Amino acid sequence: MLRELGAKNVQLPLSRKIWDINWGFVLLICATASIGFLMLYSAANGNLEPWASRQMMRFGVGLILMFVVALVDIRVWLNLAYPLYAIALILLGAVEVMGVIGMGARRWIDFGPFQLQPSEVMKIAIILALARYFHNIGLEDVRRIRWLIPPILLVLAPVALVLRQPDLGTALLLAAGAGIVFFVAGVRLWKFAVVIGTAIPAGFFAFQFLHEYQKKRVLTFLNPENDPLGAGYHILQSKIALGSGGVFGKGLLQGTQSHLNYLPEMRTDFIFSMLAEEFGMVGGLLLFALYILLIAYGYAIAYRSRNHFGKLLAIGMTGIFFLYIFINVAMVMGMVPVVGVPLPLISYGGTAMLTLLIGFGMIMSVYIHRDIDIPGKR
Amino acid sequence: MAGDQHKEKGKVFTRRSLLMAGGQAVLMSALAGRLYYLQVIHSDEYSTMADENRMNLRLLPPLRGRIVDRFGLEVASNRHNYRVVLIPEQTKSVEATLDALEQFVPREMIDRERVLKDVKRKRSFVPIPVVDNLTWEQFARINVNSPDLPGIQMDVGSTRDYPYGKLFGHIVGYVGAVSEKDLQSQEYDPLLELPEFRIGKSGIEKYYDKTLRGKAGLSRVEANAYGRIIRELNRQEGKPGNDAILTIDKQLQEFAVRRMGEESAAAVVIDIHSGDILSMVSVPSFDPNAFARGISSTEWKALIDDPKRPLGNKAVGGQYPPGSTFKMIVALAALEAGVVTAGHQVFCNGHTQLGKHRFHCWKRGGHGKLNLEDAISQSCDIYFYDIARKVGVDNIAEMAHRFGLGEELHIDMLGERDGLIPTKAWKLAVQGVPWQLGETYNTGIGQGYVLTTPLQLAVMTARLANGGKKVSPRLVRSITGDILEGAVLPHPEPELENLDLGISQKSLKHVLNGMYKVVNGPRGSARAAKIRVEGWEMAGKTGTAQVRRITRKERIEGVRKSDEKPWEERDHALFVGYAPFDDPRYAVSVIVEHGGSGSAAAAPIARDLLQETLRLDPLRKPSYDIAIRRQNGGGDA
Repeated sequence: MLRELGAKNVQLPLSRKIWDINWGFVLLICATASIGFLMLYSAANGNLEPWASRQMMRFGVGLILMFVVALVDIRVWLNLAYPLYAIALILLGAVEVMGVIGMGARRWIDFGPFQLQPSEVMKIAIILALARYFHNIGLEDVRRIRWLIPPILLVLAPVALVLRQPDLGTALLLAAGAGIVFFVAGVRLWKFAVVIGTAIPAGFFAFQFLHEYQKKRVLTFLNPENDPLGAGYHILQSKIALGSGGVFGKGLLQGTQSHLNYLPEMRTDFIFSMLAEEFGMVGGLLLFALYILLIAYGYAIAYRSRNHFGKLLAIGMTGIFFLYIFINVAMVMGMVPVVGVPLPLISYGGTAMLTLLIGFGMIMSVYIHRDIDIPGKR
Repeated sequence: MAGDQHKEKGKVFTRRSLLMAGGQAVLMSALAGRLYYLQVIHSDEYSTMADENRMNLRLLPPLRGRIVDRFGLEVASNRHNYRVVLIPEQTKSVEATLDALEQFVPREMIDRERVLKDVKRKRSFVPIPVVDNLTWEQFARINVNSPDLPGIQMDVGSTRDYPYGKLFGHIVGYVGAVSEKDLQSQEYDPLLELPEFRIGKSGIEKYYDKTLRGKAGLSRVEANAYGRIIRELNRQEGKPGNDAILTIDKQLQEFAVRRMGEESAAAVVIDIHSGDILSMVSVPSFDPNAFARGISSTEWKALIDDPKRPLGNKAVGGQYPPGSTFKMIVALAALEAGVVTAGHQVFCNGHTQLGKHRFHCWKRGGHGKLNLEDAISQSCDIYFYDIARKVGVDNIAEMAHRFGLGEELHIDMLGERDGLIPTKAWKLAVQGVPWQLGETYNTGIGQGYVLTTPLQLAVMTARLANGGKKVSPRLVRSITGDILEGAVLPHPEPELENLDLGISQKSLKHVLNGMYKVVNGPRGSARAAKIRVEGWEMAGKTGTAQVRRITRKERIEGVRKSDEKPWEERDHALFVGYAPFDDPRYAVSVIVEHGGSGSAAAAPIARDLLQETLRLDPLRKPSYDIAIRRQNGGGDA
């Protein structure tokens, strides 16, 4: 029935777009975010103030933004891909010059009423730019090394700038997110093998240039229990919170590790530990289920898209979302180093929430415009 | 071709994305597996660790039992002590916290060196006492500023207070911090690990420590990551220590101490039937409060260097030759052995010859003809040389032991000494030389090897006065409250009918008559120290113990009077006595170190003590324990 729309220069009517908004997806997002509100409510010892209420407000703003992004024609996003990337890269460069120092690193640019974290903008922009690039070139070209040089540079430039801030977590996230787009675009597997094969010794080399606190984090990751009062404290306390939660948890507001401050940064990076302490494995798995459903939606939307840009965009955004989840949860469970990645839709914080919701908006835009055919340059 | 490529691109995408979905599924499963590993398999371990994080056990020290006098007056009690403790693991730097604390407390109040030493020695979660005895204002200021003093905790403890100070120094003793030695020698009690805990270090406080200490309570508290206590989870109350009721009458004690004045002296007043010590004095004394709050080194040095030895309890630990106060024992030994009768007469011309050696009487001209009672009342030495020779030293020693001399009396206090009653076997064993007859002479007048303590002399007098019953001394009448496990119990009231020493009343009567005449006879050596109240008449015996042997040269040049000699060479003055003569109730022993003669220095004190005792007559008033028992409506317990 939508076949006839699969033509160039077709504009969808707004009513039709709104009709096509994937309400199940929206509901899942709201449900997941609500778990976050509940945890922030608990973190404030049963008060909406100061965190839960502010987080709700941000979520509300983000939701509107998500709908706006979803309703914008996907071809607009295609056209804006490179300019947005350029702006994000410039902003990242600007952080170097005029960034605000916070938590031992330069990450924000102060715009008076609000602060901008360009690395967050870059997470969206890089997926857009790569999706556009791989949308435009043919499969033959994808398999030629010459054609891989521009997208690799597209990735390396922001990764290098983010590393200089220094923000190891975001840099990894950017690189891995980009890797996902490369992967589904069809880049030969042996090339990944080569990149990973060179990245590991390079990583060892780069380790020497890491900040002391980052080195420590990596080292204590290997055996955190060795130093329970020092650097390994965070991981150990987080594991105690998780483990002591057991199957059914201690109950809302009953988490001793979190409420007695043994759990560090429980509103942000370690919020999953708090959730698993108060709601146990049942609560943890429930959250996993919501996340898996959201990811599944992302995949489904990618398959439904008839244009390659949409497919890559949806998979890329979903991939970033997955990476957030995996790195954060694996981190609080002591499986990967503490790198400072928030738990999507749950952790307290405005910028990450906005980035995520804009990403979801993009995915929904892909769904709404799934039947529009966008020819590649070649 | 472009269409083919487009299709091919789609195929590759589908294949690759499925592969990735698979990869993501594997990673998600890994997370779920890890969740299971932490929350199911190792849940118990982590639960324990979470509890260890949050739960702290705190020992609640029990309130130490009071010590009260015979009539319930507090002589050792507890009062609030505002203080500050430091928990090293909660500070960033102990030094920095101490620096900050100095803004609120004078620098000299903090013994930094000691605090730092304790920090090193103890586990880091054990609170270390920093400052004690703060004023309420200092305490409040520190409390308000406690957020700036990490690791500092406020505490209201209780300090031992001795309201009568020196008056009871030797009896009650004092409490002090637990030393390493205490920890090793005592039965384990977790209370001993508490930094602020005090245990008895001397006197009743030490002997009855287990009774007074009580039982610790336990409080399980929840603490947050900064160590602040959030709430108490549960509490198990301890039990306060038992109160100890002394046999001492504070009023009499006060009188006795005042009466002794500046002398270096000791006195014991005892109930001849129960063995209750009504007053025990050793002067000069010390203030136990100084020890309870921590004595300064200058105070300590002054006490140690004092030639009158204020720290030693002379009443139980001072050993003196009994001198003539020993003559009752010699007389009884001779009478009971049947070697003489009370009518036995000896002519005293002032000296007697034994081989080459000449033994003198204290009276140069001699006493003339004397019988036993006269010999006691005039304290003739020649008479006792004679009967001592007749009865022999071993019989004398046997009689002395029957009256509690030369052995521990097991009073409920530490520091008691045995004294010494020589025998032939003893000399051979210790010195490897056989006994000489001359030594029997010396023993006969309570000189030579003989050593006794004032407590022993008081008990001896009590046993004489009560008709030869083996009464034993005690300082604590009873303890109040439920008796805790391990508590030290006071000696029970004696059942005198079962404690007969087996002395014939006839022999005893002659000795007691002699003692009566000492005070009341026309020639009695203590006739100047009579009690002039009718019905309260005192009987007793003077004693003068040589500190140095009188040399032949001195005797030729004329024996110097005691007050012409330097203090430390003067004779010890002794007196033992009891009253009233007709119906004896109280016995007393007095020794004035280097006081000169017993009749001049000791007898008047003894007289005043007995007279005051009779005036107060503590035995006729209901004691505190009886009052409590009546109050509780109970019968005999």
